[in-house]
Amino acid sequence: MSMQFVADGLVAGATIGLGAVGVTLTYSILRFANFAHGEFISWGCYLTLVIAGAIGAWVGPSIAPLGALSIGPNVLAAGLLAMALTGLLAIGLDALLFRRLRRHGSSITAVIASFGAALALRAALEAIFSSRPVYLSQDLQIAIRVGGLRITPDQLALLGVAVLLVGALQLLLSRSNAGRSMRAVSENPALARIVGIDVAAVIRLTWFIGGALACASGVMLGLVVQIRPTMGAELLLPLFAAAILGGIGSVPGALLGGLIVGLAEAAAVQAIGAEWRAAVAFMILIAVLLLRPAGLFGRTD
Amino acid sequence: MHDLSGLIAYGSVFLSLALINGIVCLGLNLQWGQTGLFNVGIAGFVGIGAYTSALLTSAPVDGRFGGFGWPIALGLIAAMFTSGAVSALVGAATLRLRADYLAIATFGVAVSVQLVLRNAERVTGGNFGVSFIPRPFASLAARPALFGTLNLVLVAGVVGVLYVALDRLMRSPWGRVLRAVREDERAAAALGKSAARFRLQAFTIGGALMGLAGALEAHLIGFIAPDNFESTLTFQIWTMLIIGGSGNNLGALLGALLVATIWSVTGLATGALFPPEDQARAAALRIVAIGVLLAATIVLRPRGLLGERLGVSRHLTGTTKP
Repeated sequence: MSMQFVADGLVAGATIGLGAVGVTLTYSILRFANFAHGEFISWGCYLTLVIAGAIGAWVGPSIAPLGALSIGPNVLAAGLLAMALTGLLAIGLDALLFRRLRRHGSSITAVIASFGAALALRAALEAIFSSRPVYLSQDLQIAIRVGGLRITPDQLALLGVAVLLVGALQLLLSRSNAGRSMRAVSENPALARIVGIDVAAVIRLTWFIGGALACASGVMLGLVVQIRPTMGAELLLPLFAAAILGGIGSVPGALLGGLIVGLAEAAAVQAIGAEWRAAVAFMILIAVLLLRPAGLFGRTD
Repeated sequence: MHDLSGLIAYGSVFLSLALINGIVCLGLNLQWGQTGLFNVGIAGFVGIGAYTSALLTSAPVDGRFGGFGWPIALGLIAAMFTSGAVSALVGAATLRLRADYLAIATFGVAVSVQLVLRNAERVTGGNFGVSFIPRPFASLAARPALFGTLNLVLVAGVVGVLYVALDRLMRSPWGRVLRAVREDERAAAALGKSAARFRLQAFTIGGALMGLAGALEAHLIGFIAPDNFESTLTFQIWTMLIIGGSGNNLGALLGALLVATIWSVTGLATGALFPPEDQARAAALRIVAIGVLLAATIVLRPRGLLGERLGVSRHLTGTTKP
């Protein structure tokens, strides 16, 4: 078996990992599985596309790609802006929907609400952009060889960005006051409120981080595959598999889980065929639920 | 006269399909409404039932599994069995864990079922699905009004039997344990009722009902394809149950009829209002509208149109007010 799947799997795995971080944070702090998280990925990617197009329209067609990468500075700037906007989108959805459900005390129906929101968000993308695939970059990249593996400069850069983002988030969670507040709310919301933590602000921050990382994941995905309204929804099962495999609440666990799921998928694509890719995440999910429901770094409760 | 015949045929197929969705809602009501179990993979369980019965009852096709020519009734029973069995397996793996894990696992079932339906061409016919599925009263198919009406009577009869059976089941000691487990698992356990066992039973029976509905649909239409079992179906069923009133079987059926009507009317409206090239986008707008309707109901009227009717036992005539 050729080892090429390692390169493809790592890039796909980093994409899944960035999305899974958001899933694991909302799950541990807001205590429900958010089925709309995949739509943040799609929305992030489409927002980047629109903003990059707008910058291109203002500046003119003379935007050169950055170094060896296929994208120009307009896509990079658009991606950063879209991350902020996707974070705000997540906060907005919470204010419209989930916050009201929390007030009713029925967090259990939040799962169904998120499922409905997911279809509405996806269908809205379809209504605006139609289901015709679009692309962030039309350039064809020549792969470079790294230790016997073929990998494009884009893919290398994406891997670096993913590790950087997750590392920064881990620092934020473990070292900053905001991170300590987040962990406190995750442990016990009532107790956190008693010691004076602004729980509403922590929840907003959680949604913002989750949305922003989902957008980053969407841009990574958009550079590798076609951009379509269903792109995020198709990633949802791998996201859940990665978050549960890593252990709910663990940010490094989510990234590691994502890398494992991505590598397993790439290996299966090489060994069996691309059409069965989506079954891999399901197998991993069931195996984890049966053998180690707490995941790699999760707490048993 | 010809117009009337067409209207009767259209109306009876519409009502039959709405009632079949009603059966799925009854299954979901047993799982979610009575027992509090998430199922986000409804379309998968419906699809398993539809394909089971279709493959067992149709005539053999070269290069494809199945085609055993079984009678329709046996196909329906087999559909309940396979969907129930898959439900039992998924339930056994996840019901002892956190509630959301069941939702995620059922979602995985739906994704995997789609994958098998589309890719295992030698078994499921791939994207083209299965056609020439035997239909009840097929010898009368040349007279659409009579054919449609007889099929509607058949489906309505099944719904009637299920409604009465479920109503009795809910008022039986078994139904009381389900609600006790949903409301307070520890109190139920203290009375010696194993929550895990009762949950698994409810989840399995609910799944079997979904399989039965899928099989009925396959035999009513005579043709099935993977597109019929996409997550849009799961979403419609949830909307039906939540709007109708979860916990209430009559509400489940009412919600099914109401949402099917809204779906059908908005479909006719977008068909008339939008040019052909914008039809796909207009269809997406319908889904947005239904999604907003679902979310608004959950937030503004969580009990739905008909809330749960709290009954204790069939031996007590009066029902207690919530």
